[in-house]
Amino acid sequence: MSRSPKLIIAVALATFAGSVALAGGPQEKIAAKTEAKTEAKTEANAPQRFNIGRAPTVKEIRGWDIDVRPDGQGLPIGKGSVAQGEKLFMDNCASCHGEFGEGAGRWPVLAGGKGSLTSDNPVKTVGSYWPYASTLFDYVRHAMPFGSPQSLKVDEYYALVAYVLYLNDVITDQNFELTDKNLATIRMPNEGGFIMDDRATSEKAFWQKDPCMKNCIAPVKITGRATAVDVTPEDKDGKPRGVE
Amino acid sequence: MSKDKSLSSAPRASRRGFLTAAGGLAATALASQARAGAGNPANQPPNVPEWTRTLGEGVAVRPYGKPSKFEKDVIRRDVEWLTASRESSVSFTPLHELEGIITPNGLCFERHHGGVAEVDPADHRLMIHGLVERPLLLSLDELKRYPRVNRIHFMECAANSGMEWRGAQLNGCQFTHGMIHCVQYTGVSLRTLLEETGVKPSGKWLLVEGADSASMDRSLPIEKALDDCIIAYKMNGEALYPEQGYPMRLVVPGWQGNLWVKWLRRIEVGDQPWHTREETSKYTDLLPNGKARRFTWSMDAKSVITSPSPQAPIKHGKGFTIVSGLAWSGNGKVKRVDVSLDGGRNWWPARIDGPVLDKALTRFYYEFDWNGEPLLLQSRVQDETGYVQPSKAELRKVRGYNSIYHNNGIQTWHVQANGEVENVEVA
Repeated sequence: MSRSPKLIIAVALATFAGSVALAGGPQEKIAAKTEAKTEAKTEANAPQRFNIGRAPTVKEIRGWDIDVRPDGQGLPIGKGSVAQGEKLFMDNCASCHGEFGEGAGRWPVLAGGKGSLTSDNPVKTVGSYWPYASTLFDYVRHAMPFGSPQSLKVDEYYALVAYVLYLNDVITDQNFELTDKNLATIRMPNEGGFIMDDRATSEKAFWQKDPCMKNCIAPVKITGRATAVDVTPEDKDGKPRGVE
Repeated sequence: MSKDKSLSSAPRASRRGFLTAAGGLAATALASQARAGAGNPANQPPNVPEWTRTLGEGVAVRPYGKPSKFEKDVIRRDVEWLTASRESSVSFTPLHELEGIITPNGLCFERHHGGVAEVDPADHRLMIHGLVERPLLLSLDELKRYPRVNRIHFMECAANSGMEWRGAQLNGCQFTHGMIHCVQYTGVSLRTLLEETGVKPSGKWLLVEGADSASMDRSLPIEKALDDCIIAYKMNGEALYPEQGYPMRLVVPGWQGNLWVKWLRRIEVGDQPWHTREETSKYTDLLPNGKARRFTWSMDAKSVITSPSPQAPIKHGKGFTIVSGLAWSGNGKVKRVDVSLDGGRNWWPARIDGPVLDKALTRFYYEFDWNGEPLLLQSRVQDETGYVQPSKAELRKVRGYNSIYHNNGIQTWHVQANGEVENVEVA
């Protein structure tokens, strides 16, 4: 690294301004960094440059950037119908999710459950719970089919999503064709079912000055035992797991 | 309750109490030895044990060391009925066997959505793009050229203790509380990389995405990204383990584990959240009125007694007894911990030992002279914001029974006269 007097001054300035580290770049960059850091400490765009790494190409970004938002941003050009989706679903999804999205074994249930969210056994499905259709496309295209994700064509993902929406009565026309143009216009039944985290206000009582130390509650009794439920796994020797 | 009198008068161990207890221990040493199993008298005094009379293994016979063969039961465990497949499942940290605040790398709980990706670091890339001035593509070697930070943080799954909402279900601290670990991370401040790329003024949210078979993606608000997040490549000094996201993962201190994307491959900056599957259909907290809280990122203050607990019964009988536990808060440092022996009626201050760090596990102890009568053991933490860990009843009053996530209610262990411990609910 060169050690011209100018650079040393710049380094001293940068250090004084609270700069974290110096990669030994050209002096004008360091000077620029110092200024920006001083005037915009909390701005994410303060140009503190290390110049390590390179810019990805448009093609590289396109290959990985597959996320989709509720407003439709990110949807790839494509289309697929409920009928096409039904066949794809039977071939790729039904073995785990059931032919009607009812779920096999402990695999996720995809359909049904409407009106169950306030019950003792809420069934959270695409139709009863998911707030946005875009989420279904984003998730299925990222992670499904389980074991061979991202293996289907874009049009096939549209068709699958159309079929799952059909199973949930969100789409009722069997001839419906889901496209990048109409997906974001679909409204899900439970879109209004969510509120922002409100613990700071709704649970304000949990913040206390001094926690109670003596005679805080009436004497207690045991009201439930894990051993009565008896679902704790056992080690091979038959002992509760981990007990030596 | 008949035992209430003795429980509420249980003293914190005084010096005198300790001495009495120590005397009692000597007197009962033979009895407890018999209880613990005879072992091999040939290796016990006055005899000289076999490992003293022979040479041991030489250096580098075990080029990468591992625990003694006598510690073979200190392992992660899973609950098979919880999930449909091992690839999308969870294993639990054996908290009842651990001490201090650092979790050994091989014992950190796992949660995968598409199995453990075995990523070749030579081919792994981290892409940062979207609403930035200068999109960036980094190899692991390039990431390591950025300034490093070292931070110790706990990481807790939002569903930790999630099986206990409706009542005591799993009989072991490993299963009720084991979806947590605490390690020292080395990596690059996410802020440093965002400054390198230059976030545009409209950039308010990040999408963070993994390179595994689930390509899990989550939305992260820019305020948190610029605050204390880290892109980590080391844990406890060595490379991340594959099951923890090798070669790089996101560290989001104090926030639910699902955001700590493993095998991190992409960060996209946007102006709105994405509402991905993991922040809509999962990791939202259903309330009794059918509405669900979303974006409940931070992990409230919580504590648990790790020993004694169902998998770590008291084997020594009455006398001087150590209660050991962990406390933590996603909102700062642990301020105090109290322990109850009578199910929450009376509380005694616990002794904190070891470092008290921001958003990290904190170890506490309560030492006392156990008279051999049954106990209803509880611990309760207060963090530096003043938040006091609620009882399960208090928590259910607000959140109902269907929340699944964020169960930080006070845990009760019933210690029986014979030293066995069970997971119970009290009222």
